[in-house]
Amino acid sequence: MTVESTAARTPRRGAGSDAGATGTKRTTDTTGTTAKKATPAKKATPAKKATPAKKASTVKKATVAKKAPAAGRTGGAKPQSVAEPGLLQLLTPEGERVENAEFDQYVSGVTPEDFRGLYRDMVLTRRFDAEATALQRQGELGLWASLLGQEAAQIGSGRALRDDDYVFPTYREHGVAWCRGVDPTNLLGMFRGVNNGGWDPNGNNFHLYTIVIGSQALHATGYAMGVAKDGTDSAVIAYFGDGASSQGDVAEAFTFSAVYNAPVVFFCQNNQWAISEPTEKQSRVPLYQRAQGFGFPGVRVDGNDVLANLAVTRWALERARAGEGPTLIEAFTYRMGAHTTSDDPTRYRHDEERVSWEAKDPILRLRRYLESAHHTDEGFFAELETESETLGKRVREAVRAMKDPDHFAIFENVYADGHALVDEERAEFAAYQASFADADGGK
Amino acid sequence: MAEKTALAKAINESLRRALEEDPKVLVMGEDVGKLGGVFRVTDGLQKDFGESRVIDTPLAESGIVGTAIGLALRGYRPVVEIQFDGFVFPAYDQIVTQLAKMHARSLGKVKLPVVVRIPYGGGIGAVEHHSESPESLFAHVAGLKVVSPSNASDAYWMMQQAVRSDDPVIFFEPKRRYWDKAEVNTEAIPGPLHTARVVREGTDLTLVAYGPMVKLCQEVADAAAGEGRSLEVLDLRSVSPLDFDSIQASVEKTRRLVVVHEAPVFFGSGAEIAARITERCFYHLEAPVLRVGGYHAPYPPARLEESYLPDLDRVLDAVDRSLAY
Repeated sequence: MTVESTAARTPRRGAGSDAGATGTKRTTDTTGTTAKKATPAKKATPAKKATPAKKASTVKKATVAKKAPAAGRTGGAKPQSVAEPGLLQLLTPEGERVENAEFDQYVSGVTPEDFRGLYRDMVLTRRFDAEATALQRQGELGLWASLLGQEAAQIGSGRALRDDDYVFPTYREHGVAWCRGVDPTNLLGMFRGVNNGGWDPNGNNFHLYTIVIGSQALHATGYAMGVAKDGTDSAVIAYFGDGASSQGDVAEAFTFSAVYNAPVVFFCQNNQWAISEPTEKQSRVPLYQRAQGFGFPGVRVDGNDVLANLAVTRWALERARAGEGPTLIEAFTYRMGAHTTSDDPTRYRHDEERVSWEAKDPILRLRRYLESAHHTDEGFFAELETESETLGKRVREAVRAMKDPDHFAIFENVYADGHALVDEERAEFAAYQASFADADGGK
Repeated sequence: MAEKTALAKAINESLRRALEEDPKVLVMGEDVGKLGGVFRVTDGLQKDFGESRVIDTPLAESGIVGTAIGLALRGYRPVVEIQFDGFVFPAYDQIVTQLAKMHARSLGKVKLPVVVRIPYGGGIGAVEHHSESPESLFAHVAGLKVVSPSNASDAYWMMQQAVRSDDPVIFFEPKRRYWDKAEVNTEAIPGPLHTARVVREGTDLTLVAYGPMVKLCQEVADAAAGEGRSLEVLDLRSVSPLDFDSIQASVEKTRRLVVVHEAPVFFGSGAEIAARITERCFYHLEAPVLRVGGYHAPYPPARLEESYLPDLDRVLDAVDRSLAY
């Protein structure tokens, strides 16, 4: 039995996390239908109450970008349009800079060099991800969870962090790991099956991937409670998906973080699909609105806009550092690929949806902006292409060079202080292994 | 200390000492602060150590354990209380999938010194979900240590050891013995946490128990002595790891073994003890290892619990059956 094959058979529920939802209906809805749907919903709720409710939370103000093309507000369970009010956007899909009175201050110092850096991060992360997907197809990895399409959400938020902040990821946060300086090849060990982690969480303040959906939201909250006790101004960020938002642990994390005013940012990447289940199967209200019920701000950001993600995460981190407690960010994005390499999205979603999201590609958008704002020239892109290929090659070689762990690793680190049963079973195992050696030697 | 202390009070004093000695130690749980816990085990601690050390939590068990994991990752040593045995299951996911495995997953880079205190077991006439004995469910999980003191002195020392352990410890407190008093020597230097204790020496048969059943086994040994039988009583203290060496030593002497626990017998800790001791002592045994415990049924309503729980006669009956071989 190889480790890879085991991994391949283990899509786990973990698999389901990030996805989200507003599926097909959203993409096909026209202004006309949206308006129609919105109207009855509005009647159902006290007219215009939605607006004051928004004011109640700090976030809201920020969120309501006047800029956003105003489609009708949808009421309860209807799919939200990307263009709905409340979606923070600083770069349009066409690569045009959108002004925002509330959030521009958080990115006012971003230089052309920084922009190129963000672009580089996204391109290299995508290249790494593509290489890992290919490696899985070649049998080198048992499983891979691609981040394709979510680069802006991850790089934007990841680059907002300080070194002393602490990250609790799910298992798709390859871009955030990149921002933290975790060698991307370290992310592949668990997918190859040579370990269940692969890096020192304290080396880069980037915790191990968590397969059980939403569990890490509580770890992040507890860690943030500790940060607050220590009296430092570090912040903590927890990543999870729209599927995870249905988990009790995420709700409990919201409760604990609010009650203890913990310096934690909840960064939900709503990529529309939790494996095959759209966001409509997770929630009847837009996810960011959940925060209000827990007593802290929630904001929805265009997840494919790296600049907006940078701005909104900086804002949320500042709140945390200032002792203002938790924030929920819903990055409205799209998983362009399958949930994992074991998944077949053609069974549950239409091509048109993917195609419509391709037009909002986070990398293309920034490239257009870079080109139109004259921040850069062809030489930069060509150089980056070379760098990407080098990274791909390095990743490929590193994975192929990964050796299976020593058999005795089974018994290592089960306990910090040791355990009599583990010792006994290790000895039995050693004797059993030795019996083969003896047999071989005899021959 | 010369005077006797109740088991609950001994844990209280142990937690007080832990809080005094290490500023990283925290006590967390529902009602542990102002109220001092529903059994008053944490009585007065918040008053003396403040709300940031002794923390009243929201009513959410997964949240209690999950945030304790986060605090441990930050360098704290949380001692969390699950109010009753039957309420631990919302936290079971965090305990099994996260708390137990993170040290191994991090290849030893991360330590999780979290103690999960669980008042457990029956005999106090409680309502549903307040009298269960789920220790085997935790002992089955690698990465956890599972212990249960039977008396005030052990409770004091085992809590000290649990707090100092770099491994997660599930600390089962026998709630029906909370008010039993014993002398506690706070200056003693105890052996390792998992070492069994010979409560009473004997030659004819070994009774093995832990937590609430140790006292019962002592009573059984007294009763059997009246019939001219010499029973040895072993208090395991720890369910994981299990001190098989001590059990083996006793069985090689007495040649007979009866295991007593409140939890259902089926797939219980007694099954593991019986299997391993049979392997280790096959040629010493004069009788099969027998088990006395709960039935494969939900814990019954309070008016029936005396029929469900092992009592003097049921254990004596098992002793008779063993000696009859």
